[in-house]
Parts: sequence; C-alpha cells; structure tokens
Amino acid sequence: MARTAKVLFDVPEIKKDFPILQRTVRDKPLTYLDSTATSQKPRQVIDAMTDYYSRYNANVHRAIYELGEESTREYEGARERVAAFIGAKDPMEVAYTKSTTESLNLVAYGYALKGKRVQKGDEIIGTVLEHHSNHVPWHFVRDLKGVTLKYVDVDEDGRLKMEQYDDLITKRTKVVTVAQVSNVLGTINDVKEIAKRAHEVGAVCVVDAAQSVPHMPVDVRELDCDFLAFSGHKMLGPTGVGVLYGKKEVLEETEPLLGGGEMISEVHLGTAKWNDVPYKFEGGTPPIAEVIGLGAAVDYLTKLGMPAVRQHEMNVTGYALQELSNVAGLRVYGPKDVRQRGGVVSFTMAKAHPHDIASILDVEGVCIRSGHHCAQPLMDRYDLAATARASFYVYNDLEDVDRLAAALQKVNEVFG
Amino acid sequence: MGSGPGPYQAQILEHYKHPHNRGTLDPSTHKGHESNSLCGDEIALTLRVDGANRIEDVRFDGEGCAISMASASLLTDAVKGKTLDEDAAMDRASVLQSLGVPLSAVREQCALLPLRALRAALGPAPAAQGH
Ligand SMILES: Cc1ncc(COP(=O)(O)O)c(C=O)c1O
Repeated sequence: MARTAKVLFDVPEIKKDFPILQRTVRDKPLTYLDSTATSQKPRQVIDAMTDYYSRYNANVHRAIYELGEESTREYEGARERVAAFIGAKDPMEVAYTKSTTESLNLVAYGYALKGKRVQKGDEIIGTVLEHHSNHVPWHFVRDLKGVTLKYVDVDEDGRLKMEQYDDLITKRTKVVTVAQVSNVLGTINDVKEIAKRAHEVGAVCVVDAAQSVPHMPVDVRELDCDFLAFSGHKMLGPTGVGVLYGKKEVLEETEPLLGGGEMISEVHLGTAKWNDVPYKFEGGTPPIAEVIGLGAAVDYLTKLGMPAVRQHEMNVTGYALQELSNVAGLRVYGPKDVRQRGGVVSFTMAKAHPHDIASILDVEGVCIRSGHHCAQPLMDRYDLAATARASFYVYNDLEDVDRLAAALQKVNEVFG
Repeated sequence: MGSGPGPYQAQILEHYKHPHNRGTLDPSTHKGHESNSLCGDEIALTLRVDGANRIEDVRFDGEGCAISMASASLLTDAVKGKTLDEDAAMDRASVLQSLGVPLSAVREQCALLPLRALRAALGPAPAAQGH
C-alpha cells in the first residue's frame, strides 16, 4: 500500500527504548494502541526507579543522613522539571498526588467544598465530554454544598458548543471545568478561551489535562488556567503519581485532602497548622520512586520535544483516519480535522460490537480498548453503549496503523 | 459456517447471527434485567412459568456483544421446558461449558450476563450458586 503520510520520529529506534514492545503476543508482534488508558514505559523510567530503590532509598524531607538528602534532591528536582515542562512560574505550584482522579477530587474537596469561594446556590460548569473523574467529584460538591451543576454540550463532530458558555456562565459561576483533550473523541478544547470566560465573572478554570500534557505542548501561563490535573502513567511514567498544578494564590485557598505527616507545620492535641503550599497537599510518605520515574519521563519527552510529539501524532492519526475510512461499515467519532484532535480514534462497526472488535484484534496482537471509556454521559449523548478506541503515542508508526486496519478487515470477515 | 479466531467458533457466531428465543413475552410471570457496568451491555429476560413450576417459555432482549448474545440464546434454549428445580442447576460452570470456548476474565462477564438476568428473574439458586 502506498503511503503518502510520513512520520517524524525514528520509531524503530524509539521502540528499542521500551522493553515491553520487544515482546510478542501469541507469536505476533505487540501492537499497542491503548496509550490513552496507560502508556508504556521506556527503560530510562524503569531504570530511574530501580536506581532509587537500589542506591538511595530513604524517606524524603526528614532524614539527616546522606541517603535522605539524595532522595529529597531527586524528589524535588523532579518537581522543578515537571513545573518547567508545563510552564509553571514556580515549582511550588506543583503538588504531587496519586493521579488525575486524586487531583480533581482535591480541587473539588479542598477548593469547592471546604474552601470559602464556593457557596450554596453557586454554579459549577462542566461539559458532557468529561471523564467520570471530572464528573463525580462535582456531584459530591453539589450534594454536600447545594451548588448547581451545568454542562456544555457537544456538536455532532464532538466539538464543544462554545456559544453555550454565553448563557451558562453567570455571576454565580464559581468553577468552570473542562478536559483539554477528550479521551473518547480526541477533541482539543479551547481552554484558553474558556479560562478567559471564567475569569470574566471571577470563577476559576479547572483543567483535566490527563490527555493533553502527555501529547502536546501545554503552558499553564499561556492557558491562564487556575488548576490543571494530569497523571504520570499516561506520559511514559509510572502509575501511582499524578500532578495538581495550581496558581499560588488559589492553592493557598485550597484545603488539604489528607491530614497526616508532612502536610503540617505544627500539631498539638486537637489542633494543627498546615504546612506551606504544595506540601500541605502531600500528607504521608509520598510515592518517591514514582515521582523520580515521572521526572525521568519528563526528561524523555523533553528530549523528543513536545511540538514534535504533537506533530508525530497528527501524522499517525491522519493516516489512521484515512485507512479506517476504507473499512466497510466503520464509523469514526470526533472532529475530522487532525488539527482539532489528539491521537485518539473512537469508532464503531456496523456488524460487530466493540467488545468483539477488541477480542478479534487481540488475537492479532493489536491492543485497543472497547467500552464506555469512563465517559458514560458522553456515550448517552450520542446514544451509544460503547465504542472501540485506538490511540497513538510516540512509539507508534504507520505500520501499527496498517496492522490495525488489516485486523479490522478480519473483523468484517468474521461478522460479514 | 467456518470457525473464526479466538472465541468466535462456529456455534457462537451462529447463535449471534440467528439467536433463538429473542424478544419479549407478554404476558410473563417473571422478569429479570441486568447490565454489564464495564460495557453497558443489557439483557432483559421474560419467562412464563406454569402451575407445575415448569418454564413454559422464555425470551431475551437486549444489546450486546456476540458472547453475551450467544450465551443468552444458548441459556434460554437450555432452560425452556425445565422445572424451576432443574433450572437451579444452571450455574457459572454450565454456562461457560455450553459456550465451549476459552474466555478471558473480562469476556466471562459478558458470557455470564444472561445467567445474572435469569437469577434476577427467578431468584438465587438454592445451592450450587457459589460465586
Ligand atoms: C480525560 C481523562 N481524565 C481523567 C482520567 C483519569 O486518570 P487516572 O485514572 O490516571 O486518575 C483519564 C484516564 O483515563 C482521562 O482520560
């Protein structure tokens, strides 16, 4: 098949960095197309974590001895690199959490529920395309504080109906929250504009960046968002570590989620004073090895260059959209223009259920996801029970897309 | 019809493409509705049980993958004409055995959805139903 598309990276070289991509599945090469769920990890990340455990494992911040100084240096060094990676002004605006989910819960609990800014009768504006982790924490706020939740809709191509913000945002709006990239449709949302609209009424803008920070350049000062959440495991890093970025002044107004060691400056019987931002959010022994692994992942991505990562994914995604359009009965969801979407392609097939598509692809060594992708409100919006979803990252190339397309032809043979 | 890859053996595809006992019984004496939270698949069972505790007729309706739909087709065939006592012998093992293909843990949930709907309709089986 003639390919007019080109890839930017030397993908066979990149694949060599990922031990798991050397393995086979049922004697077929592994074609991993589920990085939206979790990415694979390069040797550099695995080695950084092993190195910590084998050479300088010690708790951070409290040890007087050399090992503890080394672990603290690496733990804080990673914070500086993460901050630089997202354009934060100050590393102290980066708090480590467990995941995007924990980061969003921390904002909902610490800023909206326990903080003073959001009061009964106020409004929080979300969208229908959010992941469950950016829906359910706000349900808690509504149930416990009596706020109203409102949602911006999407059009048939999966783009937010931006004009709805005109009516939905009012003087009572205190939080406007949105995913920068949809994990189902791939839609890239205009966060900068949404933050601007939020600020016009004095509301904060909370960004779920789980699918943007790993895949494109993100600059929090350029976006001017107030909070931004993402997960290490979706950006070549380990599970168990996430990030909550917040502007210094809004983090000051946010209460901690976990009480315990590390997050206090003083404790007496019955009372405690919080430590400074961001330490007040990091109660207990943190995931030290994971933070160090995240630092190594940031280094790996920085070396590739995020503008190049984005361009590479656009090339692969564009090719995938073209190849999938040749599969009979296949329908793709989300924006048609690759400039408006990330490397996520959700689709259905006329004759096969998404579960069956994924099972047949599995036999071919091709890993994709099927289901509601933790976005049931979005599925309801399009009246779908499930979709199949392929997603791309730095280690995928046009051959992976060819294997996907060939396996999808098999699906039609089985169910034809 | 030839066999497909993995679990897509001829019997499964045959029951998926041409399901038995599809539809809704009206009137019915028992109803069960279950969904699979992983994928949103749904199955609704309607049954008519006569005075002698015999399952006179049964139908299933719903949206789902080939595994859950074929399983529903096979299960409804299996219980039709049985007494409620005999029905109680239908369990996880017998359902998986009737499908006769290897399934991963996630796909087992698809296969067992119709059985869950049956239990929802008729109540838990007295013994057997370990997990
Ligand atoms: C858009 C989006 N938000 C939030 C999450 C939740 O991430 P995590 O499970 O790492 O907390 C995901 C993960 O699938 C996601 O895609």
